[in-house]
Amino acid sequence: MTPVLEVTDLNVSFGDVVAVRGVSYAVRQGEVLGIVGESGSGKSVTSAAVMGLLPPGATVTGSVRLHGKELIGARQRELTAFRGKTMSMVFQDPLSALTPVYRVGDQIAEAVRVHQKVTRTQAAAMAVELLDLVGIPNPAQRALAFPHEFSGGMRQRAVIAMAIANDPDVIICDEPTTALDVTIQAQVLEVLKKAQRETGAAIVMITHDLGVVAGFADRVLVMYAGRPVEVGGVDDIYYGPRMPYTVGLLSSIPRVDTDGRHPLVPIEGAPPSPAALPPGCPFAPRCPMRLDACEAAEPPLFDVGPAHQAACIRWQDVRPRVAAKHAVPVEPRDGRPRQDRQPVLKVDGLVKRYPLLRGSVFKRRVGTVHAVAGVSFEVREGETLGLVGESGCGKTTTLMEILELAEPQEGRIVVLGHDTARLGGAERMAIRRDMQVVFQDPLASLDPRMTVYDILAEPLRTHGRGDPGGRVAELLDLVGLDPSHAARYPQDFSGGQRQRIGIARALALEPRFLALDEPVSALDVSIQAGVINLLDALKAELGLSYLFVAHDLAVVRYIADRVAVMYLGRIAEIGQVDAVYEAPAHPYTQALLSAIPLPDPVRERSRRRILLEGDLPSPADPPSGCRFRTRCPKFRAELTDDERAVCVAVEPSVRLLDKDQGAACHYAEKLEVT
Amino acid sequence: MTALLVGRRAPSRLRVVAWRFFQSTQGRIGFAVLVLLFLLAFAGPALSPWSYTDKDFTAFLSPPSAEHWFGTLQTGADVYAVTLRGMRKSLIVGLLAALVSTALAAVVGAFAGYFSGWTDRTLTWGADLLLVLPAFLILAVMSPLFGAGQWVLFVIMLALFLWMVTSKIVRGMTISLKQREFIQAARFMGVSPVRIIFRHIIPNLSSLLIVDATLNVSAAILTETSLSYFGFGIQPPDVSFGTLIADGSRTALYAPWTFWFVAGLLVVTVLAVNLIGDALRDAFDPASRRPR
Ligand SMILES: Nc1ncnc2c1ncn2[C@@H]1O[C@H](COP(=O)(O)OP(=O)(O)OP(=O)(O)O)[C@@H](O)[C@H]1O
Ligand code: SF4
Ligand code: SF4
Ligand SMILES: [Mg+2]
Repeated sequence: MTPVLEVTDLNVSFGDVVAVRGVSYAVRQGEVLGIVGESGSGKSVTSAAVMGLLPPGATVTGSVRLHGKELIGARQRELTAFRGKTMSMVFQDPLSALTPVYRVGDQIAEAVRVHQKVTRTQAAAMAVELLDLVGIPNPAQRALAFPHEFSGGMRQRAVIAMAIANDPDVIICDEPTTALDVTIQAQVLEVLKKAQRETGAAIVMITHDLGVVAGFADRVLVMYAGRPVEVGGVDDIYYGPRMPYTVGLLSSIPRVDTDGRHPLVPIEGAPPSPAALPPGCPFAPRCPMRLDACEAAEPPLFDVGPAHQAACIRWQDVRPRVAAKHAVPVEPRDGRPRQDRQPVLKVDGLVKRYPLLRGSVFKRRVGTVHAVAGVSFEVREGETLGLVGESGCGKTTTLMEILELAEPQEGRIVVLGHDTARLGGAERMAIRRDMQVVFQDPLASLDPRMTVYDILAEPLRTHGRGDPGGRVAELLDLVGLDPSHAARYPQDFSGGQRQRIGIARALALEPRFLALDEPVSALDVSIQAGVINLLDALKAELGLSYLFVAHDLAVVRYIADRVAVMYLGRIAEIGQVDAVYEAPAHPYTQALLSAIPLPDPVRERSRRRILLEGDLPSPADPPSGCRFRTRCPKFRAELTDDERAVCVAVEPSVRLLDKDQGAACHYAEKLEVT
Repeated sequence: MTALLVGRRAPSRLRVVAWRFFQSTQGRIGFAVLVLLFLLAFAGPALSPWSYTDKDFTAFLSPPSAEHWFGTLQTGADVYAVTLRGMRKSLIVGLLAALVSTALAAVVGAFAGYFSGWTDRTLTWGADLLLVLPAFLILAVMSPLFGAGQWVLFVIMLALFLWMVTSKIVRGMTISLKQREFIQAARFMGVSPVRIIFRHIIPNLSSLLIVDATLNVSAAILTETSLSYFGFGIQPPDVSFGTLIADGSRTALYAPWTFWFVAGLLVVTVLAVNLIGDALRDAFDPASRRPR
C-alpha cells in the first residue's frame, strides 16, 4: 500500500536558526503516527511545514508528498485545494481555529461548501450531522451557538467536525487535547478515534504526552533538537527503546498505575537551543551513556530492528530502565503514626462565593458563583495532601482562601494552630513566615525586574533576618542551582530552574508548611521529574508539610501521602493515596483515574475507560443534591429510580468507608480501575 | 556574564542596573555630557571675567571675540556669562520639575491602583481636577510670585501640571500588575503594601516612567521657555534658556551668536537627557539584551 503522506528529509530554517533537520516519515491509510517531543523540539514547525502554513520568513527544503504529489514549492492555489479537503488540521487552541463572530454551524457548513458543490441547506444539514458525530448534544440547536458559548471540549469537537467535514485522507492533530481536562481529553480522543474509523484517514498526532500516544498511535516518532532520534512501532518504542533520550523520557514520567513510588529519573540539563546545537549527537550533553565518539559526528538513524530506527551509536547497549521499586523510602518520615502528629492546617466547611456581575458601567449582580462550597480537610505535620480536580473545580480558590489568612465567608481555617478569623497582626506575620507558597507559572511568580539575589533576599529582609548574602547562596545550593548566578534575572533561566528559584524563595525562612499550586504543570516532562524529586527530598530533609494542588493525578500519586479529589467546589473523595488510587470509591474518582492515559501500549489497549458525558456544570448553577449526578455513570446506568431520587434530593457528604478513605456518594463502592 | 563581573558583592538590583547602565555607550556618553553641562553651568562662569549682570558699554551686539567669547547682547551683556547662568537655571528647573512630576505620577498612580476604594477615588478626583484647570493661565497669573529666589515654587508649580496623564496610565497598569503572581507572592510573604508598591510595582513600570521623565525634561524646559517668552516664568534680572531664547530670537538674524549658542546648548541638554533615559530604560529592563 502506498503511503498517503510521505515526508522526506524535511528541513525548516528561520534565518540562521534551523528548527527542523531531516525529518522523514510516511503514513498509510488508517494509520496513526505519533510525534512526541519536548517543547521546542520542532514538532509543530514540522506539521506547519507539511500543511504549508509557515510564516514567510521560513525556508523549507526537502519533500512532502500527498498521494505522490509534491507540496513543497507548489503554488498557493493548489495548496488551498488540498488544505481542508485531502488534508486537515486540528490545533491545540480550538478558539483560534474558530472565528468568534460566526455561528459554529455556519463555520462548519462553510468548510463543507468550500470544497464540495452542495446547496446552503444541504451544507447546514451536514454540519448538524457532523456535530452529532463528534458527540455534541442537541446538535441542531447547538449549531446556532457562537464559539464562545462552547466549552473548551466542545470547541475542540467542533474543530474536529470541521476537520473531517470533507472526508480527508490525512488529519494532522497538533496537541489536540493539551488544553483540556483529563475527562474531556478522554472524550475528545474517543471522538478522534471514531472520526478515524468513519473516514479511514491517516492521523499524525503531535503531542508531548507519552500516555496519549501509547493508546492511540501505531507508530511513534521521537523528536529531539529538531530531528527524529527514534522511529518505530509503538510497542518497540515503549518496551524496547534504543535511544537514551527515549529511555530518559519514559523513566521520567510519573504514572498513576505504579504501586509505591519508583524513583523518577530526570534527564539532566535542558534541551539545547536550536541556535546553539552541540557538535555531534545533540543529546550528548545530557546523555548518561555518552562516549567521546558521540561528539565526533551527529549519529544517523541506524536500523535497529524491523521498521525501527534510532539515532545513537550505542543503540546496542541501550536498555529500557527497569523500574526499581521502593528505592525511595515511603515510611512516614519520623515513624510516628498519623494520629499522633499535629495538624498544621485544618479547613472546615470552607465556602467561597463570588458575585456574578453583568454590565460594564452599572454592574448588576445576576447570580453567585459557588467556587468552593463546603470543603473540609486536614494536613498533619510531615505529610503531603494532594488536592486534585479538573479545571474550575475550586482548587486554586481554596488555596488562596487559606493564603489570605482572613476570615472565610463561611467555615473555619486553622493554620498552625491559629484560627484565621481571630488573628492579630503579629500572629499573622508569624504565620506568613511559617507558611510559604509556590506558584504554577514560575516566570509569572518571580518579579521580572528583580535579580535572583533580590528575589531570594526579599523574604529574609521582610522578616528581619539581617544580611541575606550567605543564606541566598545556601538556598541556591539547596535547590541545585549555581550560587554565582544570583545576579541574573529570572528570564535568564529555563523553566525548571525558575521553578527551583520559586522553591528556594519559599524555603528561605525555613517554613513548616508549603502550599504549592500546580508547581510542575508548566514544565516539560524531563524537567518535571527533577523538580518533583527535589520537592520530595526537601520534604524529607526539612520535615515540611505540603498542600499540593494539581490537576495531574500521576504527579500527586507520586508525591502525596493523602489525596483529596474535588468536584465543583466540593470534595468527592479523600484518603490515603494508595487506597484511593487502587480502589476509588466515588464514581467521579473512578472516571478520572480511568481517563488518564498510561504510557504503556499493551495495558492502554486492554483498558476499559469510564467515559463521562458532557461538561462540568457551571458553578453558578450547580445541580441539586449530588453535584456529580448530571455526569455520574452510576446514576445513569446502575441505579434504580428510587435510588436516583436520593441523589437528586440529598447532597452527600464525605462518608468514611475505610480506615483512611472517604467518599461523598450515597452509593460509594470500591472499584479497581487502572 | 553579568554575574562574574558584579562579582563577590551582593548582586542586588541597584548594582546590576548601575553596572548595565555604564556598560552601554549611550549611557556613558549621555552621562558624561550631562556632567560636562553641569560643570560648565556651575564652574564655567568663573573662567570668564564677566558676570551675567555686568554690561560692557564699549561693546553692544559685538560678535564673538577674545574679549567676549560668545559675543555680547544688545545691552552689552556677555553672552557666555548669561548663557551659562541661564543654563544653570534651566537644568535645575527642567530636571527637577521632570523628576518631581514623574515621581508624583508614579506614586499617586500606584497608590490609587493598588488600594482601590476611597484612596483611589480621592486621588483620581484630585488628578481630574488638575487636568481641567488651565495650567498655562494659572502659571501666568502666579508669575509675580516667582520673583528672585522663588524658583523652587516655580519648579513645583510646573511639576504639578505635568503628572496627571501619566498617573492615570500608571494606575491602570498597577491594577493589572496587582493580579500578577509575583505581587501575590510578596503579599503572602508578608511584605507590606507600601513596600510592594515601591519594590515591585514601580520598578515594573520603570520603562514607562523613564520615558515619561525624559519627555518631561524637555516639556518642563519648553514650558518654562514659552512662559518666559511671554514674560512670565523666570523673572529678570535672573535669566533662563527661555528668556534668552525669547530675547535672542529677535536679533538672531543679524546677530546669530545671541541665539545659536543658547539654542545649541538646549539641544545638547535634551539629547543628553534622552540618551540617559534610553540607557536607563535598557538597564532596568532585563529583557533587553546586553546593552551595546
Ligand atoms: N475572581 C473571580 N470571580 C468570579 N469567579 C471566579 C473568580 N475566581 C474564580 N472564579 C470561579 O470559581 C471557580 C473555581 O475556580 P478555581 O480557580 O479555584 O479553579 P481551579 O480548580 O483552580 O481550576 P484550574 O485547574 O483551572 O486552576 C471557577 O468556576 C472560576 O471561574
Ligand atoms: S550517540 Fe552517544 S550521546 Fe548520543 S544518545 Fe547515543 S550514547 Fe548518548
Ligand atoms: S450520590 Fe448518586 S449521583 Fe452522586 S456520585 Fe453517588 S451515585 Fe452518582
Ligand atoms: Mg488553578
